[in-house]
Amino acid sequence: MTALAGAAASTLDLLQLAPPGWGGNLLRGLANSVLIAAGAFGLGLGLGTLGAFGKLYGGPVLRDLLAVYTTVVRAVPELVLILILYYAVTDSVNQILLAFGYERIQISGLAAGIAVLGVVQGAYATEVLRGAIQSVPVGQIEAARAMGMPPGLLARRVTLPLMLANALPGLANLWLIATKDTALLAVVGFAELTQQTRQAAGATKAYFTFFMAAGLLYLLLSILSTWGFARLERRARRGLPEVRG
Amino acid sequence: MTGFCQPHRIIMALVALALIGWSATTLRWDWVPDYAGLAALGLWRTIWLLVLSAALGLMLAIPLGLAQAAGPWWLAAPARGFCTVIRGTPLLLQLWLLYYGLGSLFPSIPWIRNSDLWPLLRHAWPYGLLTLTLSFAGYEGEVLRGAFRGVPKGQLEAARAMGMPRLTLLRRIWLPQALHRALPTLGGETVLQLKATPLVATITVVDIYAVASRVRQDTFITYEPLLLLAVIYMAITGLIVLLFRWLEGRIPSRVA
Repeated sequence: MTALAGAAASTLDLLQLAPPGWGGNLLRGLANSVLIAAGAFGLGLGLGTLGAFGKLYGGPVLRDLLAVYTTVVRAVPELVLILILYYAVTDSVNQILLAFGYERIQISGLAAGIAVLGVVQGAYATEVLRGAIQSVPVGQIEAARAMGMPPGLLARRVTLPLMLANALPGLANLWLIATKDTALLAVVGFAELTQQTRQAAGATKAYFTFFMAAGLLYLLLSILSTWGFARLERRARRGLPEVRG
Repeated sequence: MTGFCQPHRIIMALVALALIGWSATTLRWDWVPDYAGLAALGLWRTIWLLVLSAALGLMLAIPLGLAQAAGPWWLAAPARGFCTVIRGTPLLLQLWLLYYGLGSLFPSIPWIRNSDLWPLLRHAWPYGLLTLTLSFAGYEGEVLRGAFRGVPKGQLEAARAMGMPRLTLLRRIWLPQALHRALPTLGGETVLQLKATPLVATITVVDIYAVASRVRQDTFITYEPLLLLAVIYMAITGLIVLLFRWLEGRIPSRVA
């Protein structure tokens, strides 16, 4: 019994927030993970919206280019894409800077992570949003066009609000993928939650304690987001006819 | 002009060919022969990790899906919990938990050290295979739950009315129809599983991704190995998509 209590006490010591414990590091890692996931998700949403409209209303060349983008990104492992894009983005930014006579810069892991995961998210978001836009009743869009609404206003006032209810389940999935994909940045050495956990576990040899703790944090994040997205969807669906499969 | 060969497609194909030609002539490929043997080994390891983990994971997923779709609560609740935990945490974390966690625990337990399995457990790949299998089972358990539920009730009632034993019903009626429904999703999930395999490189399993990383470290060539790697993964993805299309085509389905 005392051994058990001792083990529990030492586990709590390890997870303390102040420096001898590693809890603070884990929480900072979690904050970084959420920040990257949110940035990547936002960037992905932007790219996805442009991509979806491009795929639906763009010319043949644009449509084919977007098809190449979504196919390639969805066929190559994120880990490989992260490495390629990380080096390519860093290189090209530095080339441009050098060409304009500036110094080389070191791109922060945060910016690179957001950019890379955002491009990946954009490909998936394109498909999700395209499907959702297609499910908007054609009559609604035609009516708006008949009233002489310009395309930008039509997208903002009719298409996007109407498709939101159908897009949200897919987008919720994408957000969960984004939070989990941030773990991949640990491989390029960025200090997000998984990387911090590995450091803490390696330093203290308490592997189970830290990986379980981090797993719990991820799980908490995903459960909270699932709940949040369910509420959002209920709100987006108000006034729409009930769908039952 | 609705066919595949529209003028802009021809121009795009020419641009793509020019890009390939440019990369074949300007980029450095002299390292390829040196690493060809290692790359073949790595590719083989990636493929059997994928096939084995998908097959074992699917076998685990069937009871998981069945328990959630039709089981009593004391089976459904743990199955749902397992799927939630697997789907709610990153694969990399699960992999490191099992590899570093179990890997540091096992040597301190005498009967494991002395068992016949010990030489196997000192390798990294059993942990990789185990993690990939559990992950696939978690995701597919969720997919099969929906698929089992989606089989029309009349089919099962008819089988029961004919006096079919429960196991035969599962084997002959319920499972085949559920798998048929889930097949398109399973194809997509298998591609996702392929994309998950390079993570095992982080626990020292030498798959095709690890070979590319080693080329990068040995020769300081950055882009070429990664580009080749991307092409290889795209080719495997294409094969998986074709395989599942063929499987779907083999199953006769009557759509009203």
